[in-house]
Amino acid sequence: MVLSVHDLACARGGLPVLQAVSFALAPGEVLLLRGPNGIGKTTLLRTIAGLQPPLAGRIDAAPDAIAYGAHADGLKSQLTVAENLEFWAGIYGNGDIAPAFAAFDIGPLKDRLAQNLSAGQKRRLGLARLLVTGRPVWALDEPTVSLDKASVALFAAAVGAHCAAGGAALIATHIDLGLKARELDVSAFRAAAPKGEAAFDEAFL
Amino acid sequence: MIRLFSRDLRLAVRAGGGFGLGLAFFLIVTVLVPFGVGPDNATLRAIAPGILWVGALLACLLSLDRIFQLDFEDGSLDLLATAPIPLEGVVLAKAAAHWVTTGLPLTLAAPVLGLLLNLAPQGYVWLTLTLALGTPALSMIGAFGAALTVGLKRGGLLLSLLVLPLYVPTLIFGAETVRRGAQALDTETPLLLLAGITLGAVALLPFAAAAALRINLR
Repeated sequence: MVLSVHDLACARGGLPVLQAVSFALAPGEVLLLRGPNGIGKTTLLRTIAGLQPPLAGRIDAAPDAIAYGAHADGLKSQLTVAENLEFWAGIYGNGDIAPAFAAFDIGPLKDRLAQNLSAGQKRRLGLARLLVTGRPVWALDEPTVSLDKASVALFAAAVGAHCAAGGAALIATHIDLGLKARELDVSAFRAAAPKGEAAFDEAFL
Repeated sequence: MIRLFSRDLRLAVRAGGGFGLGLAFFLIVTVLVPFGVGPDNATLRAIAPGILWVGALLACLLSLDRIFQLDFEDGSLDLLATAPIPLEGVVLAKAAAHWVTTGLPLTLAAPVLGLLLNLAPQGYVWLTLTLALGTPALSMIGAFGAALTVGLKRGGLLLSLLVLPLYVPTLIFGAETVRRGAQALDTETPLLLLAGITLGAVALLPFAAAAALRINLR
């Protein structure tokens, strides 16, 4: 198992949103997180990425195993595409950014400033960052937003190649990526809302 | 860390990076003061150390809210927090980059501006020396304040209120050293205290700032 989660509970803005989440991710596996908006997919991913502490439960993963891909791409608009990617490659200690360029077809854009890219091109650059992290587990939050069909296929191919090489991916998404993947419906883990407390707070909001 | 440092430097000198704004502000403040207090040489000479230090401090304050806010807005900060460099290292690299783009130019420009305020001849060495010693503390304390206020709407105003009181010791000992130096008195004690504040800030505040960032990223 590259990642296993036991009885995890997490909170957003002080309110528990998910509880008793348990799953395991084996090498080569893709797990798709499903569920309606606001159910807590992003919160779950941020907790697993280590950005916020869990309310309860345990996350077992090797240190530095998880590469987190958020809604925002973390691009610097005044830097070129190549400079953006080289920066992240340097941070993660990987020198070669050529495979990432090839995987997401952004080679022709490499000398362009990130501020002049379209939304989909920015997203592709943001996803290319995952390849230079060299980390085995990808935790991705809505990775296909603003991607066209061809780019979604590129992304699915990149995830496929990553898993074939022994990696794993945890992806929150609403679309069908065309990958052989297990699905996990997060709404099954919705935390019981503390009714009384919420009403008490609302009186002051 | 070096990568982050050089990226921040590159961002600062690119269009819209704000490099030179602090320096221009410092220049304008020191030019305005003689207009305000009148051209009396003796008055200007007496207030020069204080004005130069306050000007440098305010110029430093101008660009503080950019240290983490821009990275927070475009999502880089989340990604840096999950990257293999420790958050303490991120803070240190960013404070260092802030110093190189703000504190260092201020230090180098200050002697020229001292001329406008009729600073005593013996004071120039001390002015440059104290700014070189003191501005790293300003950047580091500022980075701590920026870490506390990252993600807040209108955090810049709150940041100034939080950070300015923390700048007081640096200001007192910095300006005091220059004043004593300009009058050819013994400067050892305030200079050592100034250096002590800087070293203490650089040693301790990265941990405090990283803790504040972790809480703000939740």
